[in-house]
Amino acid sequence: MSSAQPLWEVFVRSKRGLSHTHAGSLHAPDAHMALRNARDLFTRRQEGVSIWVVRATDVVASSPDEKDAFFDPSGDKPYRHPTFYDVPDSVTHL
Amino acid sequence: MDERRFQQIVDGDGRIEPRDEMPDGYRKTLIRQIAQHAHSEIIGMQPEGNWITRAPSLRRKAILVAKVQDEAGHGLYLYGAAETLGADRDELLDMLHSGRQKYSTIFNYPTVSWADVAAIGWLVDGAAIMNQVPLTRCSSGPYARAMIRVCKEESFHQRQGFEAMTVLANGSPAQRRMAQDALDRWWWPSLRMFGPSDDNSPNSAQSMAWGIKRFSNDELRQRFVDATVPQAEHLGLTVPDPDLRLDAATGHHVFGEIDWTEFFEVMKGNGPCNRQRLERRVTAHEEGAWVREAAAAYASKQAAREVAA
Repeated sequence: MSSAQPLWEVFVRSKRGLSHTHAGSLHAPDAHMALRNARDLFTRRQEGVSIWVVRATDVVASSPDEKDAFFDPSGDKPYRHPTFYDVPDSVTHL
Repeated sequence: MDERRFQQIVDGDGRIEPRDEMPDGYRKTLIRQIAQHAHSEIIGMQPEGNWITRAPSLRRKAILVAKVQDEAGHGLYLYGAAETLGADRDELLDMLHSGRQKYSTIFNYPTVSWADVAAIGWLVDGAAIMNQVPLTRCSSGPYARAMIRVCKEESFHQRQGFEAMTVLANGSPAQRRMAQDALDRWWWPSLRMFGPSDDNSPNSAQSMAWGIKRFSNDELRQRFVDATVPQAEHLGLTVPDPDLRLDAATGHHVFGEIDWTEFFEVMKGNGPCNRQRLERRVTAHEEGAWVREAAAAYASKQAAREVAA
């Protein structure tokens, strides 16, 4: 089954205005069946208004081993946060 | 690998995600536990599925179909979680079919009356919830997320069971007898669902250190008894345990000796329905082969056409 039926990652949008969120994965022979299976598996109680299915092999992920080096560039830039800046208490609406 | 880093994440109540480094033993233990949990879900479809065609009303039938469908879904969530750890679904099913991996002993008991469907929802799903709620906070990210989904759905299972039990317990004398008989047969097997007692559970300490297990078998069993005995009283039914009493000092129920010989016998394959459950599962898998083959053939035909176009 695994060889004939590739693995699909399923993303569900729970309601309009929210982004699609990863819900889990399933096996299906093709995209059409993957969508239908995803509907039956992850939205039996109207949990979604839209579903994406993506072949698991098409997902490119960052490696946890490189986590430090990969995300390092933003580690030393606290000045990107508003809390970095001192504002006198007497100044409001800022 | 850096085991210290792994243990730090676990001790800090963090989650281990599929591509993180983890000790081999942790990966293997989780794959086995998640797979056996998945097997229990899909084997668990059988005892209740037995009553779909004979449910006493259309309402009960629709509820039961939805519940059994949920069990299939729970199995799929769990097989999916096991696969994130590198397991192969065919291999897991093969291990179930060849008896190399187990499923919960509770599903090897027969459902001889409609009241058994009610008792399973109330007691078996009640015990399952007690076990599964702590797992929503276990150290494995994919397992914890699958458990959150399962627990949300499981609550309906327990409530429909208790409701059906209430109807029987307040019904005719024959219905009351049916309800009591179901409680008599399901009570002790339900208590055994929490696994061997703490002094006979060799893998518990490691599972706790790894953040997979949060409470001991006996702790969870005690919680279940404390939660369930008052429910039985509410139904006007008698828990089949002459030693059962509420200890006023501790606020906990003291209960009788559990028959562990029966537990290990059923585990070994000598329960009332072990053979039947496994045979049915293997037959269903084999009889469904043509569907999987047809779907695969159609998919490859379509893919070939796309390439040609």
